Amino acid sequence: MRKILALVSILFAIGVSVSTAAVLINGAGATFPNPMYSKWFFEYNKLHPDVQINYQSLGSGAGIQQVTEGTVDFGATDGPMNDDQIKAFRDKRGAGVLHFPTVLGGVVPSYNLPGVTGELNFTPEALAGIFLGKITKWNDPELAKANPGVKLPTSDLLVVHRSDGSGTTYVWVDFLCKVSPEWKKGPGLGTAINWPVGLGGKGNDGVSGLIKQTPYSIGYVELIYAVQNKLPYGKVRNSSGSFVKADLASVTAAANGAAQNMPDDFRVSITNGPGKDVYPIASFTWLLIPEKIQDAGKKKIITDFLTWMLNDGQNLTEALTYAKLPKAVVAKELKAISKIQ
Amino acid sequence: MAYSLTLLAAGTIFLITAVIFYELYAQSVLPRHKFGWHFLVTQTWDPVAGQFGALPFIYGTVVTSMVAMLIAVPQGIGSAIFLSELAPPRISDALTFMIELLAAVPSVLYGLIGFYVLVPILQADLVPVLRGSLGFLPIFQGAFYGVSYFSAGVVLSIMIVPFIISVSREVLMAVPREQREAALALGSTRWQTTWRVVLPFAFKGIMGSIFLALARALGETMAVTMVVGNTPQIKASLLAPGYSIAAVIANEFTEAVGDLYKSSLIELGLVLFTVTFLINGLARLLILATRRGTAA
Repeated sequence: MRKILALVSILFAIGVSVSTAAVLINGAGATFPNPMYSKWFFEYNKLHPDVQINYQSLGSGAGIQQVTEGTVDFGATDGPMNDDQIKAFRDKRGAGVLHFPTVLGGVVPSYNLPGVTGELNFTPEALAGIFLGKITKWNDPELAKANPGVKLPTSDLLVVHRSDGSGTTYVWVDFLCKVSPEWKKGPGLGTAINWPVGLGGKGNDGVSGLIKQTPYSIGYVELIYAVQNKLPYGKVRNSSGSFVKADLASVTAAANGAAQNMPDDFRVSITNGPGKDVYPIASFTWLLIPEKIQDAGKKKIITDFLTWMLNDGQNLTEALTYAKLPKAVVAKELKAISKIQ
Repeated sequence: MAYSLTLLAAGTIFLITAVIFYELYAQSVLPRHKFGWHFLVTQTWDPVAGQFGALPFIYGTVVTSMVAMLIAVPQGIGSAIFLSELAPPRISDALTFMIELLAAVPSVLYGLIGFYVLVPILQADLVPVLRGSLGFLPIFQGAFYGVSYFSAGVVLSIMIVPFIISVSREVLMAVPREQREAALALGSTRWQTTWRVVLPFAFKGIMGSIFLALARALGETMAVTMVVGNTPQIKASLLAPGYSIAAVIANEFTEAVGDLYKSSLIELGLVLFTVTFLINGLARLLILATRRGTAA
């Protein structure tokens, strides 16, 4: 009995000493960049064993909410905070919030068409029509004229979208709003939409599962998920008129176009950007850092992590199929880190 | 001493229920003031425009639970009768053990199995057969994409059957031997004994298990959201995709930005709480009424 007690108290003392030495930083937010953030925080912890950064991928909305409430030290979101949310943050916390782009992602139209090999081309009008419920058959003229050599079936189209609120949805409908006034007036822009048609899948995996299992279906998923699940996905026509397939190069090209006119707060939408090789449905994902961080220790770690992320961290992105930030954006962000008080 | 301790234990249950109800009511002030009773009869769920209506979810919750109960109750009670009355003790014990294992399977796993195993089977084999024989009924019309009220109902029935079986079996086995022996002595057959003597005696317990199963079916989240199609619409056909209250809360709560959106989801929770309460209450009243007729 005495031995057990001694052992337990020794373990407790060790536990306490270990835990008090480490600094714990909490973050929450977007699910899209979760694999990248996990890798980054792991690598950073290897370099700085006394720092532990804990990230919960609860969703962009939760990230915005939690960082505003102050329950986490930083947030993450696929869709930038709008002016109302920034004002709410300022009202609640007394200072502002800064957006830092971390990586780039793309959203692709994925489909299940038995008997059709090769990639399909989608015009923005076709995608808007499909998701509005106006285009109901695969051999609709809008689809046929973009795919002259392909024999499209006469079956009905089944639309698949996200049932949960998501940054992926935000990027997709941001593009649709830009290319379709009808979409903009109707379902509009948001992370959760009143979809005119379609089945809802939970998460990128729910959507890809539904697409895989349902013939003649079409939906949208994150580029990485399509690649990893070996789902066929089509090319989308960009604003310059070329049909581009999503990959690291075309997504990075989308960001390069935006880098020229990057606003100071980094809140920019890069969908439907200009350029011949640009993939039109791409987006940054952001970390939300409060302007004023009370705890000096945490502030130092966060600024140090951001610097590391913008330099060494960017070299780790392509292995996980995330596109890295353009150099111009990185340079601008490094300067912006000094805004953190 | 025993009295006050057990009173305290029972009292905390009452307290927890009251707190949950109060919190749901208090946090849903915004949509209650904005929409009033329209919330319960509106079909639109539009977070972008700020229009919220609960009707498709209430419909989906009730329909999937009813389908589940229709499948699970006969199956559950039948199995319980077999296990308590008719099976040799060895088989009865082994099967009961397996059924209790079924009850321990997490709901997400049921959802995965439902989506990857059950839905393809329904699509390829079961539903065509169903449509072949009963296709003229409006509840089996329309396109079938695998995910539907029906699929959700079937998955739910598998999940709730263990509750019905284990509790009913215990209750049936607790019926005194004298009752059975008296019935047999009066010349009844095995089936007559079971149907007319044992079951009525165990009626209350079996009803309790059915309510437990119903409560689980109404509140089940993950398994339902993976096979119901997540489409907020009201269709007569069971083969159409639908939505349920628990599923929409699970799907949208974390990303719900904005007080009205969040509070509307909380109001949905309040609706579910109330619906469960009402269904339970109505069912108990119904039983009370029928029992009074057949005074036991």
